[in-house]
Amino acid sequence: MSIPPVLLENIPLLSGEEFAESVTGKLRSGGRAAAFFAITEESAFRLVMVIARDAQGRLEIVSTMAAGSFPSLTAELPQLHLFEREIYEITGLRPQGHPWLKPVRFTGAAAQPGVAEYFRVHGSEVHEVAVGPVHAGIIEPGHFRFQCHGEKVFHLEIALGYQHRGVERRLACGPDARSLHYAQTLAGDTTAGHAWAYCDTVEALAGAAVPARAQVLRAIMLELERLANHTGDLGALAGDVAYLPTASFCGRLRGDFLNMTALICGNRFGRNMFVPGGVNFDLDAALVTELKLRLDAAFRDAEAAVALLLKTNSVVDRFDAAGLLLSDAARGLGLVGPVARACGIPLDTRRNFPFGPYHDFTLSASGRGDVYARAYVRWAEMQKSAQLIGSWLAALPGGPVVAQCGPLKPGAAAVSLIEGWRGQICHVAITDAAGNFRSYKVVDPSFHNWMGLAMALRNGEISDFPLCNKSFNLSYCGHDL
Amino acid sequence: METIKPLIQYLAVLCLSPLLLGIINRVKAWFAGRRGSPLLQLYFDLYKLSYKTSVYSRTTTWLFRAGPIIGLGAILCALAALPFAGRPGFLAFDGDFIFLIYLLGLARFFTVLAALDTGSSFEGMGASREIQFAVFAEPAFFLSLAALSKATGRLSLSGMFLALEPASWQAAAPALLLLTAALFIILLAENSRVPVDDPNTHLELTMVHEVMVLDHGGPDLGFILYGAALKLWFFGALIASAVLPRHSGSWLYDGLAFLAMMAVIAAGIGVVESVMARLRMIKVQYLLMAALVFSVLALLFQTGR
Repeated sequence: MSIPPVLLENIPLLSGEEFAESVTGKLRSGGRAAAFFAITEESAFRLVMVIARDAQGRLEIVSTMAAGSFPSLTAELPQLHLFEREIYEITGLRPQGHPWLKPVRFTGAAAQPGVAEYFRVHGSEVHEVAVGPVHAGIIEPGHFRFQCHGEKVFHLEIALGYQHRGVERRLACGPDARSLHYAQTLAGDTTAGHAWAYCDTVEALAGAAVPARAQVLRAIMLELERLANHTGDLGALAGDVAYLPTASFCGRLRGDFLNMTALICGNRFGRNMFVPGGVNFDLDAALVTELKLRLDAAFRDAEAAVALLLKTNSVVDRFDAAGLLLSDAARGLGLVGPVARACGIPLDTRRNFPFGPYHDFTLSASGRGDVYARAYVRWAEMQKSAQLIGSWLAALPGGPVVAQCGPLKPGAAAVSLIEGWRGQICHVAITDAAGNFRSYKVVDPSFHNWMGLAMALRNGEISDFPLCNKSFNLSYCGHDL
Repeated sequence: METIKPLIQYLAVLCLSPLLLGIINRVKAWFAGRRGSPLLQLYFDLYKLSYKTSVYSRTTTWLFRAGPIIGLGAILCALAALPFAGRPGFLAFDGDFIFLIYLLGLARFFTVLAALDTGSSFEGMGASREIQFAVFAEPAFFLSLAALSKATGRLSLSGMFLALEPASWQAAAPALLLLTAALFIILLAENSRVPVDDPNTHLELTMVHEVMVLDHGGPDLGFILYGAALKLWFFGALIASAVLPRHSGSWLYDGLAFLAMMAVIAAGIGVVESVMARLRMIKVQYLLMAALVFSVLALLFQTGR
């Protein structure tokens, strides 16, 4: 969802102490930090926090001025740990009392990705295993340090930043001809999610009303993206436990879903579909029929492949209780998406903050926080996605697919929340007096969730790491921006 | 002719071993609905590796270079004592089964040393897992051969399988069944197959055997891959000999039946790998303990008779 743009002067500006008190109170009483960042004022910085009240479906924004340093709240509110480190890295504002103040993306002039102090466990039988940033498979770079005792993992520290491109800084120079392109390549596999979030903020600031048909077409793209990625993930989970049939079937089926996306907009990842004000491509009757046929066929095969996976005893035994993450830890870290739902946290942006055509969305997939739960939640979501796409294709609203999107409202802030396949995507755009972006903040679900992976490994087995990692399947790019 | 037959058998083993992995991979591909790599893929790989240059890290010593050669040498030696289709190998002697176990132990010891020599944390973990599994797999193997020795009253491996007749299966079916099952589990474990290890994975943290040889390349890696194929033949041949006790007396006919049985075993491994997931690392020991219990029971049945 996007909230109507707020004029910057209407955002509550609290004193440092009031801010800390207010934030602590809100985050302790069911609030969750959706975004926390600094914007440059003349002589200081303004810290802005977007707090999502998931149960009420309400967003609140609070801010304070800071210069030099600000009191860290991480010790009490662990979900802020990475936000505070990020603010420190970008602005130099020191969060006083942060327990683990390290660079997030190693963007400083002298900083080299991965070169920093790491948490170490000492003991004659403790051994350290360092993995990455160059990995065996074709995946993105990230560095993982395990402190182990035999096969048991005491602690895992994850260092990212190798993929930093400065895309947030570049987006803040917009909106221009390249802004949309940067938005839809923020994380390669979440094109629809980030493109929609970007369009949403721009439309909110421009006051554009997106036609109903365009909303539904966008949602079809978003759900196809979810289907493709969840299918790929379930296949990869099967591959990691050496269960070949599902691994092979899902590899093919992921391609089928991607091809449906390509059928709509010409690109397998859904690039170039979204445009502020609507979408670039419409569906005609023949295409709708073709999509229905392909969806039915691909989903039927996916059903068989997943049934094979979830009904094979050796697979269930392998998934069960692996990478256990308790819901208290998940809530404390502010996790989002299927990973959070698998821990029993009822947060789905489509239901809690409805956007587009999701007004009566219901889905309650839940689990106890192990790899099995994460696999099962993905499968439940796939079923829902297929059902949603089917019903939308059967009753597409008529009308135009794009509306005029005018100049942006000056001196205002807009927040948009979209449930990408990995979880909640939050974009915050703030405009200057001329109606250009002054600041553009992107929070990919991976930014919240990486710490969840580290916690899931605690007291687990090091040989379970690849499986756990796959069950989270977080984005390096989306984190590094 | 009779004198060169063992040599021909030995050469046949050396030439045909890599084919077993081709069969396994084709069966797995068929289950997964893929076409799969060529049956002769391992031969192509070995040829390719043979003309490459080995690369050695400066931190390694002679142990790292010795590992693959000693590993291959030990298994080549072991195969010489292995019976083929009920006919003795040319190195057969009384008590050779103990010698074989030590040869395999020697190969494992040097593979582990070569892995530790690299100083890599991955290879150290792999070595630790390999030894951890061997703790159960080696006694299980020893006891299953001891049970076979007890069942047939012979002390050489060739003698045991020569003495094994369809009548032995009638007389000692439980013991033979148990030790065949134990041998199959040991085969899966010793050859790093699913459910103990995953030969296809690229994830170092989950590997057992593969991770110990990550730093080897060129001909050294060729020795390791070829040694692994021979080892698979070694264990497969033990099972094939145990379940094919009838000998017609015709060298050619027996030989072909034996080879067909080897193909069936390879296909069986492929089926196992296709229908089940890999075990969690800590549960592998339970599987190996089962093999140990099977062979202990087999020995007890035979001793009690």
